[in-house]
Amino acid sequence: MELKGQYSRRGFLKVSGLLAAFVTIPSSVKAFYQDVKQYFIPKKNVSRLTLSINKKSHTLYADTRTTLLDLFREQLNLTGSKKGCDHGQCGACTIHIDGERALSCLTLAAMAQGKEITTIEGLSNGSELHPMQKAFIECDGFQCGYCTPGQIMSAVACVNEGHTGSVDEIKEYMSGNLCRCGAYNGIVQSIQKVAAQ
Amino acid sequence: MRPFNFEKANSVAEASAMKSVNKQFIAGGTNLVDLMKKNIAQPETLIDVHLALTNSIDYQNNVLIIGAVASNTKVAVDKEVIEKFPLISKAILAGASPQIRNMASSAGNLLQRTRCPYFYDITTPCNKRIPNSGCSAVDGNNRMSAIAGYNEQCVAVHPSDFCVALAALDATVTAVTKEQKEITIPFKDFHKLPENTPWLDNNLPQDAVITKIEIPNNSFSKHSTYVKLRDRSSYAFALISVAAALDLNGKRIKEARLASGGVAHKPWRWFEVEKFLEGKRVAEDVFEEAAKLATKDLKPLSENGYKIPMLQGAIVTALKNCINQ
Repeated sequence: MELKGQYSRRGFLKVSGLLAAFVTIPSSVKAFYQDVKQYFIPKKNVSRLTLSINKKSHTLYADTRTTLLDLFREQLNLTGSKKGCDHGQCGACTIHIDGERALSCLTLAAMAQGKEITTIEGLSNGSELHPMQKAFIECDGFQCGYCTPGQIMSAVACVNEGHTGSVDEIKEYMSGNLCRCGAYNGIVQSIQKVAAQ
Repeated sequence: MRPFNFEKANSVAEASAMKSVNKQFIAGGTNLVDLMKKNIAQPETLIDVHLALTNSIDYQNNVLIIGAVASNTKVAVDKEVIEKFPLISKAILAGASPQIRNMASSAGNLLQRTRCPYFYDITTPCNKRIPNSGCSAVDGNNRMSAIAGYNEQCVAVHPSDFCVALAALDATVTAVTKEQKEITIPFKDFHKLPENTPWLDNNLPQDAVITKIEIPNNSFSKHSTYVKLRDRSSYAFALISVAAALDLNGKRIKEARLASGGVAHKPWRWFEVEKFLEGKRVAEDVFEEAAKLATKDLKPLSENGYKIPMLQGAIVTALKNCINQ
C-alpha cells in the first residue's frame, strides 16, 4: 500500500512533538505575558465609595490608590483643586474636610468617606462669590492663578481659625501655600480685608 | 504607587491581629502616602486605624494622655496642653503647615521617616531604604545630616519637632503588641540610633500598635521654649532645634530639660548639660558654658560643620527665652 511510508517513526515524532509544543507554548507565553503586564500595569483594586463633596453625595468606583485630588479632577470634573507637587509641599490642592483645611493630594479617597468635603467649587453661594474670592480679586491676590484655589481655601480657614492678628501671624499660618509668582502681599491684604469684615 | 488592599480595624485587638510585615497602619497618611507615591513604601495592605484608636486628649491624675490618632493641631490647641505643657504646643506649631498638622496623627508623628535626601532618591544606595545597600550621605550631601550618634551606615536625623518636646518632658509611649500585651516605653528609649540596623527607626516591637502617649506633670510650664532654625522661616525641617525647660528657684536653676532635633537619628537629650545646669545661677555666661559643654565632643560631617556654632547659639537663645517669658 502506498500509505505505509507515511506512518514512519520519524514522522510520528515530528508531528507529536509539534503538537506538544503547540499545547504548552501558548500557556507559558500567556503566563509570561501576564507576569510582565502585572509588573508594568498592576491589577487595580477597585472599590465602591460614597463621598459627600460640596454638600452633594457621590457614589462612585475608584482604585484604592486614588487620592481625593485625582478623584475630583479625573472623575468628578472638579478641576479647581490644583496638582502642584502632588507630595504635600505646595498647598495648591488644599480643601476643607469637616471644615478644617487639608491636602487632597495626600488624602486617600477611601479614607474620606463619611466626611464633609468642600472644594473651591463649593465655596461660592451660587453665582455670589465668597468674600475671600472677592477680596483676592480686589487686592491682586494672584498673578498666574495656579496656586489661588489652594490659597483661598487656606485663607478662609486661616480667618475661621482666628490667626489674623498680625501680618507675621498670617504669613506663618499661610506658610503651607506656596506662590511662585510672589503674590504674597496681595494674599495677606485679602486675608486682612476679610478678617476685618 | 503599587496597588494595595484597604482594610479597617475596629478595635486595638483587631488592629494588632491584622498587622503583619506587608500590612501597614495608616492614620493621617501625610508621610506614608507620600512614601508610597515614590515607591519607597510598598505595603500590600493598608489598615485604617481611625476606628480602633482614640483621638481624645485627657488630663487625669496629673498625667496628660494623648490618644494615638489625636491630630497634631488638636494637641497644639488643647487648653490643658497650652496651660500645663506649653513646650508641646510650641514644638508642634513650629513644624509642618496648618494643613498637615490638621491631618497628621500623634502616633504617626513618632513613626515618620527621615527626610534625608538619599532616602527619598530611589536611584541611590540608602541603608534605611534598602538594608545593607550603603549610605550615600556619609560622604555625600550631608549638610542636613547628624552631628551625634551616627555611624558609617547611616547619618540621617529624625525630622519631628513634637518628638523633641516629648523627649524633653519624659513622655512615655504605650502600645499593644501582637500578643495583646500592653507595653510602655520611656520616650528616651523609643527611638534608636542607627547601630547595625539603620533601617529600623525605633524600638517598637514589630506589629505593635501605639495606643497613647503620656506626659507626667512637671513644673516647667512657666519657663519652656522651642527654638527652631531652618532654611526658611517657616514650613521647613529643622537644621537645628532646641527644646528647653527650666524649673527655677529664685535666681537659681532647680531642674533643667534640654533636647534637640536635627542632631541625631533620634530626638537628642542633653543629659550631661541638664545635670550641669542644676543649681547654677540664671546667667548668660552659665548658658554659654552649657552650650559649649553640649558641643564639646560632637564630630560634624564634611558639610555640616556649621551646625556646631548654630547649636551653641540655639541653646543659649533657648535658655534665655525660657527666662524672658
